Amino acid sequence: MALFQREVQFRLAFMERKVSRWTGPGGIAILIVFWQAVCMSGWVSELYLPAPTSILKTGLEMMASGEIAVNMQASLQRIGWGYAIGSAAGIGIGLLTGFSKLAEAIGNPLIYSLYPIPKIALLPLIILWLGIGEVSKITIISLGVFFPVVINTYSGVKNVDPLLLKVAVSYRTSRMNMIRKVVLPAALPVIFAGLKLAAGTSLLLLVAAEMIAAKEGVGAMILHYGDLMLTTKLMVGVLVLSLLGLVFNRILEWVERRLIPWK
Amino acid sequence: MRVAIDQVGKQYAGPDGSPVTALDNVCLTIEQEEFVVLVGPSGCGKSTLLNMVGGLLAPTSGRIVVEGLTEDRDPTVGMVFQEVGLFPWRTVESNIGFGLEESALSTEEQRERIRRHIELVGLSGFEKSYPHQLSGGMRQRAGIARTLVIQPDLLLMDEPFSALDAQTRTLMQEELLRIWEAHRLSTLYVTHNIQEAVYLADRIVVLSRRPGRVTSILQIELPRRGRDAVEHSARFNFYCDHIWGLIRKDAEDALREV
Repeated sequence: MALFQREVQFRLAFMERKVSRWTGPGGIAILIVFWQAVCMSGWVSELYLPAPTSILKTGLEMMASGEIAVNMQASLQRIGWGYAIGSAAGIGIGLLTGFSKLAEAIGNPLIYSLYPIPKIALLPLIILWLGIGEVSKITIISLGVFFPVVINTYSGVKNVDPLLLKVAVSYRTSRMNMIRKVVLPAALPVIFAGLKLAAGTSLLLLVAAEMIAAKEGVGAMILHYGDLMLTTKLMVGVLVLSLLGLVFNRILEWVERRLIPWK
Repeated sequence: MRVAIDQVGKQYAGPDGSPVTALDNVCLTIEQEEFVVLVGPSGCGKSTLLNMVGGLLAPTSGRIVVEGLTEDRDPTVGMVFQEVGLFPWRTVESNIGFGLEESALSTEEQRERIRRHIELVGLSGFEKSYPHQLSGGMRQRAGIARTLVIQPDLLLMDEPFSALDAQTRTLMQEELLRIWEAHRLSTLYVTHNIQEAVYLADRIVVLSRRPGRVTSILQIELPRRGRDAVEHSARFNFYCDHIWGLIRKDAEDALREV
């Protein structure tokens, strides 16, 4: 009688497949090469789709002339202030509404009735109120940042493990310290999810605000070259925005790793 | 320190809104330096009682009084939880120091006390570790150190070892007795494990199920240490069988109920 044997196969191998760190950049590289090929073949006019090489060349020229620096500085200032104010207010009020029943009863209906309004729709009103200067742009960005952050902070606080609150109470921690030492760190991962969402919103509102009412800024630059049909320069602006978003996200991830070492 | 639990009752609103009595007219005292263990089937309200003694739940009726405080102040109650409840964002050291942070002690004194207690529970070398880097037994050691470091008047332990595997649990029970000898705090300890109760207790309080009432109180007439020795096994088993006899019907009922 014949006897057989067979080795047991690891059937979850597909979940542990190693992927080279160059796979991601490789994907982007292939796309760019394909794009370049399409442009060089002459199928599409340079006016509609400029080649990556000419975008890069124009980009370097614009960098040398200082044009990008001027516009970037204006944009970074707006988004910096807007993001800082919006997220600080969002975290503060979110902690309050999450922790205090009174603040929750007053705050939540307000927050949830204002949240669904597309913030861009408020821009004309805000310009009317605050004028066409920097304040109105910073305000609109803060508003856009505020809502995802406040809602995430609130739900982060609501989901704090009740055991940890019991522990804090049994050591007679004061209310303020309870928020600072227990509620805030426990909610931090969820707060960061909100901060990352808000990063995207803040870029969107930055460009929208700059397109409506600004002389300087990446959004204004894109609109300007769009009007002049200078597509290559327009694309440089788009590329700058993409890089800005990427860097923004990287910074947030770095801060997150520093602030949440226990995850 | 002495704790008097005086005619304490607790009612919850049940799922259909009608009141459910979790505990009914419980009278019990924990004497100075006494180790009292509460045993009972699941759902008998033993954790509820413990939480009420710790001030984390309010009784519906009756009152709980701590007697023998040397000053006119609220008692310091040390709580050890089943799931430990270490803050995941704090290291072992900083978790143990949590209860001292708002005290009047100087930083040096705090550090010294933390160090002594880390040594006491055998966690030296793990001061800078995060809870997720520790085994279950080590986490509970940290939890015990965190509780003892504040020098509580009273120690409350809510099934502290029931999340541990059987071997670790046995070792931790021995360890707890060793640590307890060093402090001799009035202790209320909740467990559903009868052997554990007989191994640790000066006195065992058996609770019945729905409503939770004190069915019986047993003084354990065995030496404090080394109760698992062969010469005590007959007596040890007698206590276990006796308690099991008291609980068995309730435990079966609890099993049938989803």
